[in-house]
Amino acid sequence: MLPVIIDILSWIMILTGGAFTIIGAVGQLRFPNFWARLHAASVSDSAGVILLIAGMCLQAGPTLITVKLLVIGLFLFVTGATSTHATASAALVSGLTPPVLKQKSGEDNSADKSEKPGS
Amino acid sequence: MRTVFTTLTLFALWLLMSGVYEPLTIGFGAISSIIAIYVGKRMNAIDRHPLEIHINFAKMATYFGWLMVEIAKSNWEVTKLIVAPKMRLRQNMFEVPYVQKSDLGQTIFANSITLTPGTITVEVEPGHFLVHALAYSEDDHEALADMGRRVAAVETSAA
Amino acid sequence: MMFVVAAFALIVAMVCLLVRLYVGPTVYDRVLASNAFGTQTVLFIGVLGFLTGRPDFLDIALLYALINFIGTIAVLKFFRYGSMGDVVKRPAKSEGE
Repeated sequence: MLPVIIDILSWIMILTGGAFTIIGAVGQLRFPNFWARLHAASVSDSAGVILLIAGMCLQAGPTLITVKLLVIGLFLFVTGATSTHATASAALVSGLTPPVLKQKSGEDNSADKSEKPGS
Repeated sequence: MRTVFTTLTLFALWLLMSGVYEPLTIGFGAISSIIAIYVGKRMNAIDRHPLEIHINFAKMATYFGWLMVEIAKSNWEVTKLIVAPKMRLRQNMFEVPYVQKSDLGQTIFANSITLTPGTITVEVEPGHFLVHALAYSEDDHEALADMGRRVAAVETSAA
Repeated sequence: MMFVVAAFALIVAMVCLLVRLYVGPTVYDRVLASNAFGTQTVLFIGVLGFLTGRPDFLDIALLYALINFIGTIAVLKFFRYGSMGDVVKRPAKSEGE
């Protein structure tokens, strides 16, 4: 009985993890400017990584493989955020201005495609 | 004391990673941990910036669970934005003051902001972070301040 | 079977990222896409280890994760400061960096 439950759980996790990974990549394609794409990358970096690693851990069972997977997961979890921040801050420093809401008039700035190439 | 602890941690990591328990392999692990510690000591003599950890680990586990729920929630929000046929983005940059005293606490807070999709820490300035939001609303200030208070509660007072 | 699905999802995502890598108007779009591509390669190597029944692949995945992070940071540092950190060209640089 228990193996069936574990199988179902890891199926769910891997399916949703794969879905979030694809959604993050599609977001990188669809979003209009660099600053929005940062957020799309963070979807596949957090939800995709966590769910896929957890699904693989359930399949591996209590072995050394699970420990390795957890180390990989923790590392990706920390460095994903750090490199996203590093990319954003490098872009800001080199003069890629982020779109900012205009006071009261700006209801929706998704059409804003203003992108100046870096120095 | 600290050196011995670090050596033992490195050796335990070796044992977990290798999975081969023969005398030769274990010996290699011990030797490489000691070499790593020696090199680290030499580098520390130049750098002089030891990491100090003032974190309550039991509270950290609770915070981690809370962070997972937040990540799930905001993932769902951003997913809706991505798959919606007509995108309604309200991108904005704003300042979020931080209340953490130690470097590690500030790092945990900034990384938590970045990990929850929809908000990204762009720059660290004295007293506050510059945060970029994908779908900005007035409630974001209060939500991030709440997260900051939770991170500050994880810190122990020694900082 | 489930790992085939996971590998397929990762490949679809990687193709999307390759398109962004090709199109991406600024250099930071490309850095972002290649970083995400690296993350997905790590996961793909892990899945491949399960598919072929050789869990040793996880060691390669771990190594790839380390190299991907350091590579991204190095590239960004180069674009941000114009050098890899040697202060020969910039004598006036402050000490904190």
